[in-house]
Amino acid sequence: MAETAEKEKKQIIDEGLDTGARRLTPERIKTIYDKILGKGAMGAKVRTYVDTCVHCGLCSDACHVYLSNDKDPKYSPAGKVKRSLGEFIKRKGNVSPAFIRDMSEIASTECNVCKRCAMYCPFGIDVAYLMLVARRICHLCGVTPLYIQATAHSHAATMNQMWVKEDEWIDTLQWQEEDGREEMPNLRIPLEKEGAEIMYSVIGPEPKFQPTLIYNAAIIMNTAGLDWTMPATPGWDNSDMAMYTGDNEIMARVKRAHFETAARLKVKKIVMGECGHAFRSVYDMGNRQLGWKMPPIPVVHAIEFYYDLLKSGKIKIKEKYKKSVTLHDPCNVVRGRGLHEKARYVVNQICENFIEMHPNREHNYCCNAGGGVINCGPPFKNKRVVSNAVKAKQIADTGAEILITPCHNCHSGMEDIISYYEVGMHTKFLSEIIYEVMEKPEPVE
Amino acid sequence: MNTPDTFDVIYNFVSGPLVWAAFILFIGGSIYRLWKMLSLVNKKDRYIFTYMSLYHSLRSIAHWILPFGTTSWRMHPAMTVATFAFHICLIILPIFLVGHVVMIAFSWGVSWPTLPAGVANVMTVIVIACCIFFLVRRIVQKDVKYLTTPSDYVLLLITAAPFITGFFAYHQWLDYRTCILLHILSGEIMLAAIPFTRLSHMLFAVFTRSYIASEFGGVRCAKDW
Repeated sequence: MAETAEKEKKQIIDEGLDTGARRLTPERIKTIYDKILGKGAMGAKVRTYVDTCVHCGLCSDACHVYLSNDKDPKYSPAGKVKRSLGEFIKRKGNVSPAFIRDMSEIASTECNVCKRCAMYCPFGIDVAYLMLVARRICHLCGVTPLYIQATAHSHAATMNQMWVKEDEWIDTLQWQEEDGREEMPNLRIPLEKEGAEIMYSVIGPEPKFQPTLIYNAAIIMNTAGLDWTMPATPGWDNSDMAMYTGDNEIMARVKRAHFETAARLKVKKIVMGECGHAFRSVYDMGNRQLGWKMPPIPVVHAIEFYYDLLKSGKIKIKEKYKKSVTLHDPCNVVRGRGLHEKARYVVNQICENFIEMHPNREHNYCCNAGGGVINCGPPFKNKRVVSNAVKAKQIADTGAEILITPCHNCHSGMEDIISYYEVGMHTKFLSEIIYEVMEKPEPVE
Repeated sequence: MNTPDTFDVIYNFVSGPLVWAAFILFIGGSIYRLWKMLSLVNKKDRYIFTYMSLYHSLRSIAHWILPFGTTSWRMHPAMTVATFAFHICLIILPIFLVGHVVMIAFSWGVSWPTLPAGVANVMTVIVIACCIFFLVRRIVQKDVKYLTTPSDYVLLLITAAPFITGFFAYHQWLDYRTCILLHILSGEIMLAAIPFTRLSHMLFAVFTRSYIASEFGGVRCAKDW
């Protein structure tokens, strides 16, 4: 199986990587090395991590890619560093364009920067951070997988991930409002309401492909009687693929637009839909790039938001969801924000039969889609699903009918895994189940 | 081969000036490496200071210094037992060994309690056995083998050598004088190597662990063990 994966890997053609590498020269690589890792440039984290790792291999078993590829040592977290950034540093940047191409593929498609391995290394070496440094270098070299680069371009040009135009965005919200009024005649999706308590933000793919999620959110907001708004200007999108391509400048621009939109609307907090990477960008990485230790405006992930609504009784459950469910803990809101117990509270409030998968909570296996991996698109899809056999087994072992994934990337990645391994399960967001089981005001005849 | 005179000259050099040199390199080098690291943080990654949290650092370290106190330790029982036994003996043994304490008492007139000979003997065997375990693990276990570089074997040798030679000298196997000379010399090499090789994990581990613990505990509200 490892050999098969190796063959598949060799066959992968990606325009971004291949063309990027063709345009690259060793001199350019060396210049970038000097700028990022050369004398006086290398940061303390990279230096100390590289100097401290004793090659003990305790991180290996933490990685789903390693476990899923028959424990092929080159896929262990430290093994991936050895093949990419470690070698790059050892050779002081004197590497070929082909090396950069491979480093980009390793860092962008073989690691989800999920940080599970940091919990298994006795020294807490953050391999995810090293992989993001590798991506940054590849970005500066102009060697990034095509599909994710296209989304980063979209961020740069439109401040959203999916080339959604301003009128399309407004139109989509109004369309969802109109549809919602058939079910709830007084329903509103308030646009540009200055001074509202909550700004609700979503990722670009929601208006593009999954507007019903906005519909569900609107029903929940209106039923709970909340003072909320959505922006009608760029800055509505909380997602951020530039964060994952190593394009820190675009990441900063995108996050700045988001925070400034919330500040302009004078809201008290930003509530986000069920997305993990967007949360990472708003709560952890994007704010830091802008110089904020913590987000300048409080951000509340959907899990915490639903928890508050259920706990305070603003949303009541008519009848619990009958089918057996299991819960996938997304890295960015569980290892990234500790929302695992709140997620369990929500699931237990809305579902009758909740089955834990093992391992769970902080130790849950990654979906192998997040961290920008699924965004690298079709060229890497096969490799991605093959590299998460361990996840397929983990969810199949629960025997549940429904897999709840409160994260967009996890959700899409799990659907691919479920269909590839024929697990016979369906994925759902929390909001889909909440919408189904909550008490809603009776429609006026 | 050693005439008494040449041996004495070499012995006096190795057990005199070289000891001082080794300790100066070890202590001075450690201070230098830590200072370099902290000034690099200050220069390049200053944000790290703002996230450091003593509570979360100590909470995490408390789990990691406890055998089987973390998921990672529990997943790798053999490695856990070997790692803890090795590091405990490695640190305790040289400090509380009769032979070492006596020499310091002779020179400086200060002394402290020592380990019974039998215990010291067993601890030495444990260190050597653990080194063999680490060596075999490096050769046999695929993922560790893949990560292993020649320097890893050199470091293992540097670490094992003082204990092997000390063990031989204590039991007066082979030529005692050669063994004791090699013992002192290898001990000095190990001390001097700590700050300048990956043995420096002795210095940095507490900082790297504390940092990730602060990120996990303080920002991410999650456990890191």
